[in-house]
Amino acid sequence: MTEDKKTKLAKQFIEALPHSKALGMEFEAIGDGFAEISMPWDARFVGDPETGVIHGGAVSALMDTCGGAAVMSHPQSAQGTATIDLRIDYMRAATPGQRIRARADVYHVTRSVAFVKASAHDDDPENPVAAATGAFTFQMATS
Amino acid sequence: MKRPEPVQVVKSRRDAALTKLYSGVPYVQFLGVQFDRRGDELTAVLPYDEKLIGNPILPALHGGAIAAFLETAAVIELTWASLWEQLEAGDVDPETMNTPRMPKTIDFTVDYLRSGLPRDAYARARVNRSGRRYASVHVEAWQDNRNRLFAQATGHFLMPPRDDG
Repeated sequence: MTEDKKTKLAKQFIEALPHSKALGMEFEAIGDGFAEISMPWDARFVGDPETGVIHGGAVSALMDTCGGAAVMSHPQSAQGTATIDLRIDYMRAATPGQRIRARADVYHVTRSVAFVKASAHDDDPENPVAAATGAFTFQMATS
Repeated sequence: MKRPEPVQVVKSRRDAALTKLYSGVPYVQFLGVQFDRRGDELTAVLPYDEKLIGNPILPALHGGAIAAFLETAAVIELTWASLWEQLEAGDVDPETMNTPRMPKTIDFTVDYLRSGLPRDAYARARVNRSGRRYASVHVEAWQDNRNRLFAQATGHFLMPPRDDG
């Protein structure tokens, strides 16, 4: 698959997921087994009204979407995927007003499972706000 | 001996305190999460909405929406459990109390057991350990059948500093 076609498909993928769309997620980049997706700060996504910090759940949704997109972009992936489990570590509060950018990488696949690592940061890429590890269903393409 | 308070007074105090915990959180409102209360037992309710869908072909609820729902159920249960004794002792008045400080999530792990159907979902959280600083909470979520969980989660939380020092 060409890069252009992959990019187009990835964009369509995000836009076809009502929840990702509702959270304003935007596709940034995709390649063989990795994806980058960002999400804007929005007053509706705030988890702590005193500080304006985004709710962890919205960050989870971003990580989950990004992980799924990374799995689907894997060269050996035959079809869609579903999350088996996802663990998120919240390292610090995301700075209010800043976009959150996530990147997910598939680091291993078997015939039926894809293992993914992901991290997310705001405008300070040196200090991630969250990290995630997950297992996703995987169907290896027969070639 | 003091006469027990009328049941309606007790109920409305508890409900007012519970509402105060989650009604001010924008993201909880965005998802549409509500809470049912029976005594001190809470059930989080996620009414179905199209914007919660992840896979429109199946269709199935988005894993991120499920994670957010379970995390909300865990955080509210933890805050509610730590507020309960003061509330019952009459040490806090829901009308005048400040919104309690929320615990911070350290980590949260979700098991997706089956796909979430386009229906209402329910969750109950159990605080397995609650210390001064750290707490561990387990959450179970189901849809039509209480015995067929569609997701479960475990999370660790950092408790807010207590006012009493």
